Amino acid sequence: MREKLLTHTGRSAVLLLDNVDTDQIIPSREMKRVDRKGLGEGLFAGWRYADAGARVEDPEFVLNRQEQTGTTILIAGKNFGCGSSREHAAWALNEYGIRVIVAESFGEIFHGNCIRNGILPITLSAEDIATLASVTAPADLTVDLVAQTVTCADLPGWQRNFEISGFAKKLLMEGLDPIALTLTANDEIESFFKKDAVQRPWVYSAA
Amino acid sequence: MARTLFDKLWQTHRVCDSEGGADLLAIDRLLLHERTGGVALKSLAENGYTVRDPSRVIAIMDHIVSFKRGRGRDDARSPGGETFITETREMAKAAGIHLIDTDSRDQGIVHVTAPEKGFVLPGFSIVCPDSHTCSLGALGALAWGIGSSEAEHVMATGVLRATKPPQMRVHVDGTLPEGCSAKDIALYMISKYGADGGQRCAIEFSGPAVEALSVEGRLTLCNMAVEFAAFSAVIAPDDKVLDYVRPRVSDAVSLDQALAHWRTLKTDADAKFDHEITLDAAEISPQISWGTSPEESCAVNDLVPDHASAKALSYMGLQAAQAISGLPVDGAFIGSCTNGRLSDLQTAARILKGRRIASGVRAVCVPGSQAVRREAEALGIDKIFIAAGFEWGEPGCAMCFYAGGETFPPQSRVVSSTNRNFEGRQGPGVRTHITNPAVVAASAVAGRICAPSDLPARSKELVG
Repeated sequence: MREKLLTHTGRSAVLLLDNVDTDQIIPSREMKRVDRKGLGEGLFAGWRYADAGARVEDPEFVLNRQEQTGTTILIAGKNFGCGSSREHAAWALNEYGIRVIVAESFGEIFHGNCIRNGILPITLSAEDIATLASVTAPADLTVDLVAQTVTCADLPGWQRNFEISGFAKKLLMEGLDPIALTLTANDEIESFFKKDAVQRPWVYSAA
Repeated sequence: MARTLFDKLWQTHRVCDSEGGADLLAIDRLLLHERTGGVALKSLAENGYTVRDPSRVIAIMDHIVSFKRGRGRDDARSPGGETFITETREMAKAAGIHLIDTDSRDQGIVHVTAPEKGFVLPGFSIVCPDSHTCSLGALGALAWGIGSSEAEHVMATGVLRATKPPQMRVHVDGTLPEGCSAKDIALYMISKYGADGGQRCAIEFSGPAVEALSVEGRLTLCNMAVEFAAFSAVIAPDDKVLDYVRPRVSDAVSLDQALAHWRTLKTDADAKFDHEITLDAAEISPQISWGTSPEESCAVNDLVPDHASAKALSYMGLQAAQAISGLPVDGAFIGSCTNGRLSDLQTAARILKGRRIASGVRAVCVPGSQAVRREAEALGIDKIFIAAGFEWGEPGCAMCFYAGGETFPPQSRVVSSTNRNFEGRQGPGVRTHITNPAVVAASAVAGRICAPSDLPARSKELVG
């Protein structure tokens, strides 16, 4: 059972760059084992550390600033999480403690990887993101997945709705195992394969 | 109702509705590699599931394998990387799936080997926990990259849950000028519309300039679709594709039935797309990236734009409005799932024949698969590369991405036939310029970035 996400309030960090790729989120050299765990330390390693090998932090990197302690929300630009399909990016963010990412758009595979790992990706307009990024202190955001709204403690009266697919919402809210859920349709799957084997027999001869 | 090719592919594989507007889609083939597939196999076993149909799952070693000639069976190119090879091997054997090991004569980069071996055929649905799986749409397949958890899902259930994406047609009119290739179409498109330009759409490439591409060129074009934020890419299979796949069909009995089906795989005349883009091939010249995203690309003879991002310029050691042509290069790499096929090596070899790379340049060529290596060696292409001063490597992803270990030094400028010029992609601080294999070869010879046409002429005997 995965951790459920219904509402979340937390501190946001602004990483207002476009096209932040998954190589930046978790560099390949930080993927040392055949495992989903042990990746949080490698999150943003190329930017976060002045010397990644010795783990010497770069004090300039946003997540290293004192006021960002306990950050759980990232605010980013366009096409966040583009590039490599490595789910390790979502695993690293999760282990670090990120629960929500607000961006103008997302890399498609990364977007799905987030949802399957209890991280809520929220798409807002460039204007809304600029508003959130303009809050001088790190903004405290509240995300209500049930109502599909984002509010900000530092912006009274500001509230935005966001879109999310029904399945993603259910997965995040109920912490479901998608495989178990799919297997409830096992009869349909079996009958599809039976019919398909007649229609496309060449697909059913092993490689 | 008129349907697109993508509509038809989707409908063929649609098992039933799922929740929230998603569908369950039957998956004809799942490809795995040791970098992200091993963890999926491990998780599957840990969660107590087994592979529903092992005959549909193929694991290939490509990402972490050493590219040194004479490599051992477990040799990795990054320290500690052996564990990805040995663990994936053990788990693939335990799961009973088809394993193409490091020492197999079929070994290669998954997206190079899959078409070669007939693992992908027109009309297939095929997925892999690797973003460049979109390459395989070049054969008219429904092909897209997924995460490791989804790979586990496919193994356990035979299906994936997916929401049908919006659709975009990229129509490439006209004829590509001499010296331009599929890679140039891709970089031109991405620089013009941005790395987010594909808007998570299923893209269909069409038009005379696409039809004129070889099967290998089409694989290159579709490969780069993920750098355009596409969900997938597809090209309607024509006689070129059918001639390519016919000898690769393992089930000869149903070949006629298959061919009849494949001939229906095209977009109907009146079908509607959510987005349409038209490119004029005649306007395209050889492209090269100058920044740290594929969208930061331009013609080889252009200047770095005035509005270039300070972060990218600083990483790349460049200034706004600086000429790209003439920049001194320290390294060159030819290979990868983008441009590591035989035609790519032949293109580079035509430039390298009778020439030497400039002193101080380290140049490496790694064929995309063992089959590509064997064919290239039979044609003497390896000798041309080696005589020019290139290293000739053992197939795999090699220097397309850094995973630790030996690479080009920090701040070195590298011309590369690969797909990503991200910060640190080829090593900490390495300044990658992605371009086509001809520009890589020419720049390695000149010791500075240049178009092949800028190289001094050779005597007739040398050109051969």
